[in-house]
Amino acid sequence: MTDQTQHTAAGPATTRARRKSQGVLGLRGRDITLMGIVLFLTLAAPFILNPFPATSGMAQFNAGYPDLMQRFVIFGIFAIGFNILFGLTGYLSFGHAAFLGVGSYSAVWMFKLLGYNIVPGLVLSVIVAGLFSLVIGYISLRRSGIYFSILTLAFAQMSFALAYSVLTPITNGETGLQVYTSDPQYLQSADAPSIPHLFGLEMRATETLRLGGWSFDLNFGYYVCAVVMVLAFYLAIRIFRSPFGMMLRAVKSNQQRMNYTGLNSRPYTLAAFVISGMYAGLAGGLMASMDPLAGAERMQWTASGEVVLMTILGGAGTLIGPVLGAGLIKYFENIFSKINDGVLHQWFAFMPDGIEDLLVGIVHPFVGKGWHLTLGLLFMLVVIFLPGGLVEGGQRIASVFRRDRKAGGAEARAAAKRNVE
Amino acid sequence: MSSSNYSRRRLLKTGAATGAALATPTLFTGAAWAQEQGFTNAPTGGTVTLGFNVPQTGPYADEGADELRAFELAVEHLNGEGDGGMLSTFSSQALEGSGILGKRVEYVTGDTQTKSDAARASARSMIEKDGVIMISGGSSSGVAVAVQGLCQEAGIIFMAGLTHSNDTTGKDRKANGFRHFFNAYQSAAAMGPVLESLYGNDRKAYHLTADYTWGWTTQESMQAATEALGWETVNNVLTPLASTDFSSYIAPVLQSGADVLFLNHYGGNMVNSLTNAVQFGLKEAQANGKDFQIVVPLYSELMARGAGQNIAGIPGSQNWDWKLENQLGEKYKGTNDFVQAFGEKYGFPPSQAAHTCYVQTLLYADAVQRAGSFNPCAVVEALEGFEFDGLGNGPTLYRAEDHQCFKDVVVVRGKENPENEFDLVEIVEVTPTEAVTYPHDHPMFAGGELGECNPGA
Amino acid sequence: MDAIFLQILNGLDKGSAYALIALGLTLIFGTLGVVNFAHGALFMIGAFCAVTLSRLLSLSFTTIDETRTDFLGNPMKVETPYAEWLFGPEFGAAIIDWTVPLSILFAIPVMLVVGLVMERGLIKHFYKRPHADQILVTFGLAIVLQEVIKYFYGANPIPTPAPELFRGSFDFGALLGFEANAVIYPIWRAVYFIFSLTVIAAVFGFLQFTTFGMVVRAGMADRETVGLLGIDIDKRFTIMFGIAAAVAGLAGVMYTPINPPNYHMGMDFLVLSFVVVVVGGMGSLPGAVLAGFLLGILESFASTAWAINLVPGINQIIIYLVAIVVLLTRPRGLMGRKGVMEE
Repeated sequence: MTDQTQHTAAGPATTRARRKSQGVLGLRGRDITLMGIVLFLTLAAPFILNPFPATSGMAQFNAGYPDLMQRFVIFGIFAIGFNILFGLTGYLSFGHAAFLGVGSYSAVWMFKLLGYNIVPGLVLSVIVAGLFSLVIGYISLRRSGIYFSILTLAFAQMSFALAYSVLTPITNGETGLQVYTSDPQYLQSADAPSIPHLFGLEMRATETLRLGGWSFDLNFGYYVCAVVMVLAFYLAIRIFRSPFGMMLRAVKSNQQRMNYTGLNSRPYTLAAFVISGMYAGLAGGLMASMDPLAGAERMQWTASGEVVLMTILGGAGTLIGPVLGAGLIKYFENIFSKINDGVLHQWFAFMPDGIEDLLVGIVHPFVGKGWHLTLGLLFMLVVIFLPGGLVEGGQRIASVFRRDRKAGGAEARAAAKRNVE
Repeated sequence: MSSSNYSRRRLLKTGAATGAALATPTLFTGAAWAQEQGFTNAPTGGTVTLGFNVPQTGPYADEGADELRAFELAVEHLNGEGDGGMLSTFSSQALEGSGILGKRVEYVTGDTQTKSDAARASARSMIEKDGVIMISGGSSSGVAVAVQGLCQEAGIIFMAGLTHSNDTTGKDRKANGFRHFFNAYQSAAAMGPVLESLYGNDRKAYHLTADYTWGWTTQESMQAATEALGWETVNNVLTPLASTDFSSYIAPVLQSGADVLFLNHYGGNMVNSLTNAVQFGLKEAQANGKDFQIVVPLYSELMARGAGQNIAGIPGSQNWDWKLENQLGEKYKGTNDFVQAFGEKYGFPPSQAAHTCYVQTLLYADAVQRAGSFNPCAVVEALEGFEFDGLGNGPTLYRAEDHQCFKDVVVVRGKENPENEFDLVEIVEVTPTEAVTYPHDHPMFAGGELGECNPGA
Repeated sequence: MDAIFLQILNGLDKGSAYALIALGLTLIFGTLGVVNFAHGALFMIGAFCAVTLSRLLSLSFTTIDETRTDFLGNPMKVETPYAEWLFGPEFGAAIIDWTVPLSILFAIPVMLVVGLVMERGLIKHFYKRPHADQILVTFGLAIVLQEVIKYFYGANPIPTPAPELFRGSFDFGALLGFEANAVIYPIWRAVYFIFSLTVIAAVFGFLQFTTFGMVVRAGMADRETVGLLGIDIDKRFTIMFGIAAAVAGLAGVMYTPINPPNYHMGMDFLVLSFVVVVVGGMGSLPGAVLAGFLLGILESFASTAWAINLVPGINQIIIYLVAIVVLLTRPRGLMGRKGVMEE
């Protein structure tokens, strides 16, 4: 796919030479391929994610319905942003969910005050999250390592606790902030839809294509999110490849040496922190746009932990890894949790009774209410056997087929390199 | 089977490039399928799918499991399997054990994780992917209000499970949502007279309140009810939801001059705060020359098991109890039939959470049957103002103005010497419906509007 | 005055739990350099050692009593614990009553084994991996352990009362000359406090006054040099992991009468104990203990009606607020060393 470490290896001279021969939109070689893959995956997701006919027993595993597809890309955005901070600088924030939360609250407030058009909501959510992360980042970045992690955690937990209780007038506490008919909505015109929309196009508008036994949902809201994610991904590539990105990597590899050369790293890390905070805010705004309700649990430490897990699971420091990690975790949360005993019995119904019960008994602890168990096991397996995350797994498989480790293992090497550092 | 679109604007017409390119004319769109009956997820084949959205992970997983058992039982009975449970005692005899409107009932389950976000995600997947026509369940008010709002937008009926906040049928009431469970106001109204007869008119109350909406409304209701008796409220201290240890909140109580402690806590909070209060000797203490008392406005008998011996003698309120018919007779018929069916299948008596979920499922099915249509608006019409009996609570009314059920409220007390872990409480008194009825525009419930029923599509 | 004294007391027992967990976390971090997110789960497993023992002791055989009926109208089944049948009703009942203290004997070997298996089987392979990987793998392990416990014991809290003798409370204030009923304190919490002081003293004594402890301390300071001296430091560190697990487990066992244990109690404590460790200073054992008690006491003070009226919501955020202030004024926590976890 792509070799993102080449800059560090190649040095500034080659960089300049390369930049002259820039390709499409400032992307070169493998980045164009990577961008193309992401573009294809997001656009074709409604088809790729529904591989089983809707009437078959395997339809349980279909993930191509609007809500989950939206979640995939929204958490993809969140993880891409988080990776700009963690993957590049190595600063492990345990409080990024707070930015997602304020993003959601800002967007819903825009719905309440102005109207259901999502544009003002998205703009405000990015701005507010940016300001919020500027404040928190400015304070937290005075420390590094685990002290930084705990500072961000502390800020996020305080935000959560206050949003749930004392700040209820602003956040609507336990029930979550939502739009009531009594809200002013000053810019809401009479004929505009009374659900989130983009200049009249409803987020929830869905066209279902039926093709034999298959059915595919083409949802407008999903494509809005997908376009935003593609843009976010593009921006992330540009950041990764820019001198700024290189500076951030220098912070990760040896901050001390960097400081000795007279460079102050703080503005760079702060910029990375704010950018990733704005990504989180954007994700939060999109979540509220798809489903206009913002709950305080979005800011809890478990939510912050989730994005850390997504990033590491996919492959921290790689471009596509966080997106894959986000997809995997959301898939488990939404698909595995819905497999109940009734479904299991349906699957194994063709077996003789005794064996059917035995199989159901074996699978039962891992699905439905046991989906947490499967997720925990998965974390352990991935991190034990694939230190570079899913990306490394993908690369290993690819290199087996290609027998061309040099071309294939770049992202894996980036991940492996992280482990040496 | 699934057709997931719940609001169909013509996406293609607007020329969204990708959609248009992919939707080649040889395909026909789902809109032609499900919209023939003009509402979301209209069942097409020989089956109808219901969605049961309960907490399966997190602290309320056991309550969710009990709700799920009740749902499974209800589905069995609706499909004519098992002994039929309450179908025989239910005053409306529209259901015949042949599914709903002749369609076999199927169900899907989901995990709310007791978080409104996760609950809505799960509910949306049920609506979009599984094509459910009704969603039920929930074990907290935050989740219930969130999912109720979603169902309203989507054009699905929501039959709330265990949710006790006034808001569910007050500020956040919705035309597509119905609640059988009682609420904080009714708890307080029911407890008032009982507290008076137990502890008299001259008491000083100290409140510990979980610091979120449910806690506040419960405390507000209890304070109003007890002050009407002439009690004085000494203090109200808010405790964080995340608290696991309440010692620093409980320690100052004895010195405050109060002689009754209200624990406006639920679930894990309630178990811990009650355990702590007993540790600090409040149960044996004396204050103002009287025995000190502890009150827990809402009992959750499953969680109460966690408090063990500590709940002995502590009064609280319940929506229903499995011993009702045995102890108070024929008026609460249906109770024994349900307990029998549940006990035979699972080996222990059902909780009030299980009961309300079972009843809600039956009520929904019955409303569809009587309306002759799955159309949410027809169901709403059939349920509004519906009076029924024989579902364990005695004569009950589904009030049209706010979709709240009005029925007797059970006041219970922790048993001194329970014989087993399912027999932790004894019934003190049943407060009649009239005493717990309030006008639908009561200040504690004001600010909400049902709106129009939404059939979706 | 008595109110202040009361809140200090309340803070001490909360602080005891924080201190014990933080102590174990710091032991593991200081010796092995591993950030152990499964440490909360060890606390929880300890608590369930007590639950398991109480289940074992109350294992019963069933006889059918025709004279009474159960809720379905069938003849009542009467359960008699084997313990009562084995040791006679009185001594048997006494054993059941003393389940929690007895669980200490049961939990120490169990927790040592759990700790050793965890270290040899999993953690060992993560010494050289980045902290992020350690966090992910131990977090995964914590979820797995938690779910296994939930599978067997359910999600609801399980009552595990203290022995009859230690139930209830006593008037602590009267001993100190305050007026009657001013300072009431539960007996078991006092027991818990004394117990945790004993454990903390034992751990420090072990490290300070035994040869084994001396070697471990040397290894913590400079692992390589100790290794060069021909000492198998890894083996000793493994044993320290077992001891840290046992400390967390004991904290869990004795905590059960204070609050009924449930499967997610470990997670509830995990974040707080990390804050405690960091406030104390990564790698500093006295720092962990000091910060544990300090945060416990501050939390208690913030919970008073007076504090809440002064600053609404202060009880929700006090711990985090203190953590922020400490970290901004003292870069490495209260007693942290330079260069630990700052890369």
